[in-house]
Amino acid sequence: MALDRKIAYIDLSTGKIEIKPIPLEVRKKFLGSRGLDAYLLYNHTEKGCDPLGPGNTLLISGGLLVATCASATARTHVMAKSPLTNMVGSTNMGGFFAPELAWAGFHHLVIKGKAEKPVYLWIHNGEIEIRDASHLWGKTTTETQWSIREELGDEEIKSAVTGPAGEKLVRFANVMTGIKNSGGRTGMGCVMGSKNLKAVAARGTMDIKIAHPIDALEYNKQFIDQITSAKVNQTQGALGTPFIWGATNCWGGVRTRNFQYNQLEYADEVEPESIDEWSKKSCGEYNMTACFGCQVHCRAKYKIPDTPLAQKFGLVGKYDEGPEYTSQGAFCSEPGCTKLDTLLIGNHLVDQYGVDNLEIGSIISWAMELYEEGILTSKDTGGIDLRFGNDEALIEMVHHICRRDTWLGDVLAEGGIGASDKIGKGSFNYLVQVKGMNNLHSDERATPALALNVATASRGSDHLRSRPAIDLYHLPQDVLRRIYSSPVPYDGPLSSDQREYIGKPWQVFWQENCYMAVDCLGICKYHTVFLGATLPNFEDWPKVIYYNTGLEMTPKEIWDVAERCNNLERLFNLREGLSRDDPRKGDTLSHRYFDEPCRRGALDVIGATIDRKKFKKMIDEFYEHHGWDKNGIPTPETLKRLGLDKEPSHIL
Amino acid sequence: MEKVLMIDYQKCTGCRLCELVCSVKHDMVSNPARSRIRVIKWESEGLYVPVSCQQCEDAPCMNICPVKAIFRDKDTGAAMVNYSICIGCRSCVAVCPFGAMSFNPLEKKIFKCDLCNGDPQCVRFCSVKAVDYVDATKESLIKKREAALKISQAGKLGAAIQYEG
Repeated sequence: MALDRKIAYIDLSTGKIEIKPIPLEVRKKFLGSRGLDAYLLYNHTEKGCDPLGPGNTLLISGGLLVATCASATARTHVMAKSPLTNMVGSTNMGGFFAPELAWAGFHHLVIKGKAEKPVYLWIHNGEIEIRDASHLWGKTTTETQWSIREELGDEEIKSAVTGPAGEKLVRFANVMTGIKNSGGRTGMGCVMGSKNLKAVAARGTMDIKIAHPIDALEYNKQFIDQITSAKVNQTQGALGTPFIWGATNCWGGVRTRNFQYNQLEYADEVEPESIDEWSKKSCGEYNMTACFGCQVHCRAKYKIPDTPLAQKFGLVGKYDEGPEYTSQGAFCSEPGCTKLDTLLIGNHLVDQYGVDNLEIGSIISWAMELYEEGILTSKDTGGIDLRFGNDEALIEMVHHICRRDTWLGDVLAEGGIGASDKIGKGSFNYLVQVKGMNNLHSDERATPALALNVATASRGSDHLRSRPAIDLYHLPQDVLRRIYSSPVPYDGPLSSDQREYIGKPWQVFWQENCYMAVDCLGICKYHTVFLGATLPNFEDWPKVIYYNTGLEMTPKEIWDVAERCNNLERLFNLREGLSRDDPRKGDTLSHRYFDEPCRRGALDVIGATIDRKKFKKMIDEFYEHHGWDKNGIPTPETLKRLGLDKEPSHIL
Repeated sequence: MEKVLMIDYQKCTGCRLCELVCSVKHDMVSNPARSRIRVIKWESEGLYVPVSCQQCEDAPCMNICPVKAIFRDKDTGAAMVNYSICIGCRSCVAVCPFGAMSFNPLEKKIFKCDLCNGDPQCVRFCSVKAVDYVDATKESLIKKREAALKISQAGKLGAAIQYEG
């Protein structure tokens, strides 16, 4: 059987390491990566555990298809209880780490306890060693990776690391690999920091067996052609995710000035075409780079230009990659800045510190609104003039948060809810968060389906858990029907109108299962129905799974796995206190979605808000599709149907 | 017409799909360590260079082989290894100026690019054409045309790379 893959349990407190095979029946139930990690998280943490204590369990994994002959199986998943949300912590990054971990002999790592002093894991051809990392502590994300290569004398080592922000326990610190591949949500780098775990370094030359190699090779060609023929992926391949920001900003769907506006004006310098022009000027005509095995190549290269701001922070000419949509949100629209150098500097700093650009941009912008409202004073900011549009103040705050070296930096490093508790004075009301995590820098007031997605996503406000992004394309009914009524039948309403509420809960439910399945397989979301309607989904995956692993799964069986794993994440969140209408821990939205109409954008966007009654009805329907009760709790029948009625079952 | 592998490193996105498909095609497993082509990287500069056998005319591997186990395939022009003669001395690995001759320590065998008998999989899967398979006579003409295009554009744009912001 090709699927002979290993899981390693590493206790950093005792130094004990145990290696086990992953049984086939577990694979069939949870497939791999995020799904299997969800099982491990539920089984290896106690209710109410301190996310920064030794009782939290950190899971690192590649998908079922990692390193096989399937397109873009590059994704690394990292999971633990989140120090930002106190619920499911889960993050997913591209690059080359997960395949290297697979060639080194492991698909899942379960990391428990806490090391006495800084350590890193060295994983090499089936062996795992816990090594001293005192000399790496304090180093940036790339310095750490290059130092490990030098120390071990191998340029091919790939590492997943935490940077200075994770060491300082910034609650939204990243796990990073390569130049900019970021496990950037829910503070998984902070969990690494809390365990004194600086890095996991992998290098492998072991074979990954392919069940039917020539069939897998041939099908992969077809699979890749399907993926790269989509216009959206060709545009991604030329402009990267900034193209989405550009398109969204056009019609007024980009969060601006901490949600006060929904469009950044005078943004010419930070539009995708401008970024692309600078990228090519500074790095040459062929300026795009890719994750393992991917033909979409959506990441641009750039060098920081010679400007007064870059000189002030000593960053002229530094190489980096991106920026992505979220950096445009973090360093342009949210803080109301419109300069390219600010964007490229901010993007570089978050990569080097290892911190979530989305969260840091939002929290600084929140502080900017508090400053303009007089809730924070110049005494609180240490003299920084923290108004919107102040580029220098924005960059200074990035440093202060990541270093926790000023009062305000230290407070903001606690994340939105933690910081609002310390600041008080009604500051919580200005926070745009769900379950303690800030929203993507998109504005969902004009798009109910997307609003439902962020309100109900398992890791807090998030677009990569269930967003029906194709809802914005006004696709004809029969196309929507074809996508959304398989692999399980659906004959309820579907609407081509993005302003509608009707039928949207089903789309969000379907996408939630689709994204979970992709995360279990370990492939990128640009390779499924996320931004393109023609991309592979449940119907296409059985072949790619069978040829590569020998596992026979029907589309419906893959759907069942996804539903099962989503319910496991739900059970975890419920155990940690999720309650439907709780503004801090519920399936809720900031009051601003309902009370403050969009001020800018296209004619059908201006004036838009989310309707409270219709939103409540959407949530009710969404729960019904899941087989959850009115409070969002899975019914006993649902748990039984999904085989979750005996969890935690402690099989692995 | 004999064809050659033409590598344009500037086009390489660094994805290493070539390594994956090479090992699957030749050894039926996924393992870059078994790949005939490797992408050598300087990540901190965004520089990626695919390296494979150049199928040299006056091939050092062929010259140094003490048992004459390396021969020229008459259809593809590839330097091929006759494993029934090869003694595994690794002299070819030592002498290859490109590091394109590799040794597999598990199977105790040398291995190199065989151009997949005229259908190189690295080329088939490389959508940006950083690796291409072209007529030997056209290789330099293709490069000349690309260089000419750059020269003509340089005149239009001006040489200065300055950020105006």
